[in-house]
Amino acid sequence: MQIHDQPTLKAEARNLNFFYGEAKALKNINMPIYDKKVTALIGPSGCGKSTYLRSFNRMHDLYPGNRYEGEIRFFPDNTNLLAPEVDPIEVRMRVGMVFQKPNPFPKSIYENVAYGLRVRGENNKRVLDDKVEQALKGGALWDEVKDRLHELASNLSGGQQQRLCIARALATDPELLLFDEPTSALDPIATGAIEELVHELKKRVTILIVTHNMQQAARVSDYTAYMYLGEMIEFGKTDEIFIKPNDKRTEDYITGRMG
Amino acid sequence: MSANNASDLPTVSDRLAKNAMRNVSERLIEALLFCAAAVSVLTTIGIVYVLVSESINFFQNVSIVDFLTDTQWTPLFDDAHFGIMVLVSGTVVSSAVALAVAIPMGTVIAIYLSEFAKPKLREVAKPVLELLGGIPTIVFGYFALLMVTPLLQKIMPELPGFSLLSAGLVMGIMIVPYIASLSEDAMRAVPMSLREGSYAMGATKLYTAIHVVVPAAFSGLAASYILAVSRAVGETMILAVAAGMQPNLTWNPTEPAATITSYIVQVALGDLPHGSIGYQTIFAAGLTLILITLCFNILGQWLRRKFRENY
Repeated sequence: MQIHDQPTLKAEARNLNFFYGEAKALKNINMPIYDKKVTALIGPSGCGKSTYLRSFNRMHDLYPGNRYEGEIRFFPDNTNLLAPEVDPIEVRMRVGMVFQKPNPFPKSIYENVAYGLRVRGENNKRVLDDKVEQALKGGALWDEVKDRLHELASNLSGGQQQRLCIARALATDPELLLFDEPTSALDPIATGAIEELVHELKKRVTILIVTHNMQQAARVSDYTAYMYLGEMIEFGKTDEIFIKPNDKRTEDYITGRMG
Repeated sequence: MSANNASDLPTVSDRLAKNAMRNVSERLIEALLFCAAAVSVLTTIGIVYVLVSESINFFQNVSIVDFLTDTQWTPLFDDAHFGIMVLVSGTVVSSAVALAVAIPMGTVIAIYLSEFAKPKLREVAKPVLELLGGIPTIVFGYFALLMVTPLLQKIMPELPGFSLLSAGLVMGIMIVPYIASLSEDAMRAVPMSLREGSYAMGATKLYTAIHVVVPAAFSGLAASYILAVSRAVGETMILAVAAGMQPNLTWNPTEPAATITSYIVQVALGDLPHGSIGYQTIFAAGLTLILITLCFNILGQWLRRKFRENY
């Protein structure tokens, strides 16, 4: 039994600092991520919102010289995603990601969606067929591609490619899905389709989305965090943040006086 | 005052004159560049013309059917036979051995350098590898004859002193740097966003390299393989030194055999009278060689277009 105003926690950043070499990119961030909700990260360019997002699936581990301090607790099992003994591959098995620019692999539509399943060792054709169909339906792409699953994914339009990338991330049933400005390379119609999809997806998965577009944050998210110069300035329900922000800096940004 | 100023300003015809000078120098440079380009094209045309015209003389004496189907190549004997297949077999076998070494090795090295090696190691390893491609092939030839053949004979005592196997193996080592270097360039050109997409799905480095990077770079890989084929088919000194020069129709790499190239060396170094049938065989053999490499170049172009980078 959960009370309406008290959603369960899916993840929580605790005293999170992040360094690119010597440069401190995230400063003491504390923030909850609520289960089956959409949380938007907004802020001007270079404020650290993408850096923060990419900490959740340990993408920074790919490049030398990066360093985390603090914790990101992941629930219900209370794992610290950033702990050195936690394998980043295990983390990425649970946390999916959709990138700024659609990045389908040079494979067929089917194989793109099946990719994560094959990585996990699933090779049973019936299971794959079934999961691929479910994922493409989840990505609102099934009707458009069901007759050409074995065509190259690069033949799809930009918006379709991005929905394919969402389907690809969904196929492995992630618990948390990260979106890094997923519509910045898309036209308004494709953007609308993705936003609708995000709205639909929160029934089954927790979503953390970085966006440059404040209208988008207001449209799709339940919670919004405003970041500035690597700090978390304000976090709250989207309605409250957009209607009466507590912090002057948030207000300046939202009203367009800054950024 | 104003009159003075007006006379200081360049007149219209002055400015035009300057432009005319500029045009002349532009034209001059253009003509120079055109000449440079024309020389290489004309050379190619000249080579093809000589090969074809001499081959026409050859084929007036020997029928094309005999040329393609005869199983003996004895152009300098009294009982002359002109079966080019004898030489082609040597070329094909030695190239196959070389590619069997060079393609897997070159590709693995490229994957390692592009996906796994630390940047510092890569900066050192790649120039060293490319240095291997700068060793004169005659050195490789003696390496094959005096080092590799004796080593192989320890494993296979019946291996003769000259063999396609040992020449092919060394030729493969010679080709490795070409494949490794070009393939590595192709793989490094694959955008990081594709790799990140794969890592984000929970894939390991190796899985990403095999399932995303290699397919994405395939057109570049194919181009490097085709270049390797052309190098192997056209290689001369290693085969002339280490594979023996007797024409021998065989598909067995442990036998000695002449290839098209080593035959040309052998005959060109002798003192055949100009215009004799033996002299003309050089051109017929050379034409065959050019046609083989042309086929592979066309195949390479086609592969490149078919698998054009689609990331």
